Amino acid sequence: MSSRIFNLFIISLALMSFGLTTYAATPKEPLWPTLKVAYFGDKVIREDASDLLVIEAPKRAEDAAIVPITVKSLVPQSAEKYIKNIHIVVDNNPEPYSANFHLSPELGLIDISTRMRVDQYTFVRAIAEMNDGSLHMVSRFVKASGGCSAPAGKDAAAALARLGKMQIRMRTPTVGEPVQAQVIISHPNYNGLQFDQASRRYITAHYVKNINISYNDKPLMSVDTGISVSEDPSIRFTFTPTEKGTLKAEATDSENQAFSEHKDI
Amino acid sequence: MKTLSKFAGLFVSIFLTSCYADENYSLSEVSPGIFYHQGIHEDPTEANIGAIANVGFIIGERCVAVIDSGGSYLEGTYLRRAIKKQTDLPICYVINSHVHPDHLFGNAAFKVDSPQFIGHEKLPAAIAARQDYFAKTFKVLLGQAYTGTEFISPTLTVSIDKPITIDLGNRLLTLTAYSTSHTDNDLTVLDNTTKTLWTGDLLFMSRIPALDGSINGWLITMQKLQSMDLNFVIPGHGKAGSKEWQQGLLAQIKYFTVLRNEVREIINNMGTIEEATQTVGLQESSKWELFEQYHRRNITASFVELEWE
Ligand SMILES: [Zn+2]
Repeated sequence: MSSRIFNLFIISLALMSFGLTTYAATPKEPLWPTLKVAYFGDKVIREDASDLLVIEAPKRAEDAAIVPITVKSLVPQSAEKYIKNIHIVVDNNPEPYSANFHLSPELGLIDISTRMRVDQYTFVRAIAEMNDGSLHMVSRFVKASGGCSAPAGKDAAAALARLGKMQIRMRTPTVGEPVQAQVIISHPNYNGLQFDQASRRYITAHYVKNINISYNDKPLMSVDTGISVSEDPSIRFTFTPTEKGTLKAEATDSENQAFSEHKDI
Repeated sequence: MKTLSKFAGLFVSIFLTSCYADENYSLSEVSPGIFYHQGIHEDPTEANIGAIANVGFIIGERCVAVIDSGGSYLEGTYLRRAIKKQTDLPICYVINSHVHPDHLFGNAAFKVDSPQFIGHEKLPAAIAARQDYFAKTFKVLLGQAYTGTEFISPTLTVSIDKPITIDLGNRLLTLTAYSTSHTDNDLTVLDNTTKTLWTGDLLFMSRIPALDGSINGWLITMQKLQSMDLNFVIPGHGKAGSKEWQQGLLAQIKYFTVLRNEVREIINNMGTIEEATQTVGLQESSKWELFEQYHRRNITASFVELEWE
């Protein structure tokens, strides 16, 4: 699957010059029609799929570097009918294609959150891809922060110093009951747009590109992530442990560094 | 067509004049030879030309040091003309207290003076990381006032916990760089003669403080400031004075302490950023201007920091 996100990344790079020149507080031309073709070809996407999905995002990006996005499903996953992938697109970011959540049919009701960088006024979209291949979309409009916060991190030295540290955070779980868990990876998630004054060069993009979460070695979700994901990428999700076992999270970054963490239930 | 564009230009200048004119760019002399312009408590706009932070200068016997250059090239030119009205001495230093636009967008107005630009050792990296974003955002926010703005990095930097002293001619200034607080590149300027401290944005008065660094780090730095023996303080925002600053500092410590306690509690209960932004610190709302615009952002920034404790 990482070859897929790589292809999408290349498309994004191609779009970047286009995106950057249209950068203003509110782009005049909506990018979505172009992005839709780039990412989904000529497939039909059902818009306003609010019977299936809910997307939550703040109306205004309080901090451009950390914008919480939540996606919930209204129909439980089942072996016959389930959401296979949720694609997240942030139209006006330098790399609009932001994440792809590959989901297990065993997850029950989907309730996942992550944190994005949001450069400017933009639509944030969640596109659910069902196991039958059909596509269903919900979106929210997010206003830019306007203030002096920038998508760049606040303390590069601190972020680098704890690179690779991971946490799995959850309340004491009960077998058979849904529990919310959060996986966080400390990582600067350099997007390749930061300039290093000392070397007079752009810092190479260095970001977390994949996060795998499993329970007793059965995959719950695998997430392809890109440079729109915030520093210290965070994935919060709900799952139901059906027996005692181990929740495991593994992450890989663009330099093929691997990080992992686990928690026994 | 020509007359029309001329007329448009005239209209712009009338518009700007009515809000913010060069001749009524106000200055106060807080101690002998120390002047500041008090920024207004608004977000940057074309009408206020980004003049929202306190900026000013210190005159020695040999030359002048500018401390923060203004929130736009236009404000920089106003400040420079205000200096020229006070003294014929050359401008030898432009000191930037930190990376935020309202404190350094006026730098280019002083290029003609060929000064040393001075900042924190981490200021160059902070400028480099933000300049593309700031440029595209502030071009829109500031309109005409932005024209001419350049990102000028310091030619002389100050290392953390290694203060330097510069001499304006019988007037010594001590420049101190801090570890991550309001930002990761905060610098203060102390005029040794009058014991006047320019805090930059380490101190906000009346206007809600904005966190773009570390809540834990800033609280430690605030304690250091509390114990300083000072006659006069010029905060980054709000009124300069000889006594009020102690109250201001206490209010700011209180604000971030409330924020930290309540955010920690939510994190310990596995709560989310969204929950925190809806509930934390609301009792502080009546105490600060622009609370609505910056409070939730402060919570968000605190949350992702305190998550790693
Ligand atoms: Zn500031």
